[in-house]
Amino acid sequence: MLLIPCPECGPRAELEFSYGGEAHIARPQPDAVLDAEQWAAYQYGRRNDRGPHAERWRHARGCGRFFNVIRDTTNDRILAVYRIGEPRPRGGAAGSAADGAAGGAP
Amino acid sequence: MSGRFSAWSLLRAGLTGQRSWPAQWRAAAPKAGYEAVIIGGGGHGLAAAYYLAREHGIRDVAVLEKGWIGGGNTGRNTTIIRSNYLFAESSALYDHAVKLWESLSQELNYNVMYSPRGVLMLAHSVHDEQVFRRHIHANFVNGVDNEWLSAAEAKAYCPPLNISRDLRYPVLGGALQRRGGTARHDAVAWGYARAASALGVDIIENCEVTGLRLDGQGAVTAIETGRGLIACRRVGVSAAGHSSVVMNMAGVRLPLESYPLQALVSEPVKPVFPCVVMSNTIHAYISQSDKGELVIGASTDAYTSYTQRGALHVSLHTLEAICELFPAFRRLRMLRNWGGIVDVTPDRSPIIAKTPVPGLYVNCGWGTGGFKATPGAGHLLAWTMAHDAPHRLNAPFTIERFRDGTLIDEAAAAAVSH
Repeated sequence: MLLIPCPECGPRAELEFSYGGEAHIARPQPDAVLDAEQWAAYQYGRRNDRGPHAERWRHARGCGRFFNVIRDTTNDRILAVYRIGEPRPRGGAAGSAADGAAGGAP
Repeated sequence: MSGRFSAWSLLRAGLTGQRSWPAQWRAAAPKAGYEAVIIGGGGHGLAAAYYLAREHGIRDVAVLEKGWIGGGNTGRNTTIIRSNYLFAESSALYDHAVKLWESLSQELNYNVMYSPRGVLMLAHSVHDEQVFRRHIHANFVNGVDNEWLSAAEAKAYCPPLNISRDLRYPVLGGALQRRGGTARHDAVAWGYARAASALGVDIIENCEVTGLRLDGQGAVTAIETGRGLIACRRVGVSAAGHSSVVMNMAGVRLPLESYPLQALVSEPVKPVFPCVVMSNTIHAYISQSDKGELVIGASTDAYTSYTQRGALHVSLHTLEAICELFPAFRRLRMLRNWGGIVDVTPDRSPIIAKTPVPGLYVNCGWGTGGFKATPGAGHLLAWTMAHDAPHRLNAPFTIERFRDGTLIDEAAAAAVSH
């Protein structure tokens, strides 16, 4: 079981949290013109990183807030925790510049 | 072939101390190039190589495995075989595999210990019962056997089952597929490896793929591995939980997420459990191996990971359900638990298809239920690679279905909650 450091409440057991999937997937703007390929990429395409992975967690049985975590999926170690709206930290993160640009999307 | 198995050969080896068995497949070193290469030496990949050689006459084939044969999900699953899926596309796909299972030991001259002992899926609520009856009707229409048992009939079929009304989620009955059952997972990998090797396929272990090379037109031309560059223009990826990693090497992003899925076995006991029992609602599935161990499947962890282990609370949850359904097992000790990495698609159906990269084919997305499909998946991947076009049975299972909205949503039939 993971010990997850909630930015509001401090380290708590994984059972208090729910997983929110890959972080920084920005929903297209309402007036965006997307073809089916682009919609599918937004809806279903996933990085599924082997290594540092930016993901959302929600402290469902605590403060109730969403926040972002960078976790190494090869050993499950949590490398960084940051609030929704903050950019993805550089340290330990293998993400591309595009991810940083999209940072802040819940 | 290195020594065909027969009653006579078994007797002779038994009388001479079992010392006369040769290696069952050649330990091959990679050549500079192959007509076709399969990435991933699990059951699916080995089966694909076997059918390429056996049915399509393509014998200049290599299987690249970064670890050892059958050391991934093939050796980590709970060996359950069934085909009672809801939609016509799925039941045809999974039943294709069940039909291959039925004669696989004879086909490979290797005992894969396929045992159609019946798979019983329990209903614990009115809603469960309605869903299962819908499945039974859909299966009937598609020619797949599946029948409804009352709680008393389920108890008669599986005597250890607790059908007391005092359970928190009492058993109201269940759906039984009699042709479902189990097989010996290692034997499936070894049997396909042996038969493929005998047909000329090179099985190359400890050979991790590190890159894919494409030409100016974007077609695959070569594979970079830890043991050198291998030229090949026809590459099948059958890498289960690592499918995203391999396909990323060709710039293809798939609709997959990889999760740890746990299983565990008890200490071995005398034959006590005659069939496979699954409960989707309280989440447990269980059968007994021929060694006597109870083989128990837990669910996936909440988060994506490549660690091949899961959290203890996930398996505890399943054991609580097992103890409730089968009180006689409460004092059994668990011997081992482990995890495998399963690649899950949004609609819980697999992908066996061509990819946007010419010459690159993929068999992935089997999620929590890939073992049962081993012969069928290999057979269809081989067909797709040999014809550069899908077989009728895997034509619906494309990558493009996520773009076109033609999903095959088997979340209810997939059994494992995720």
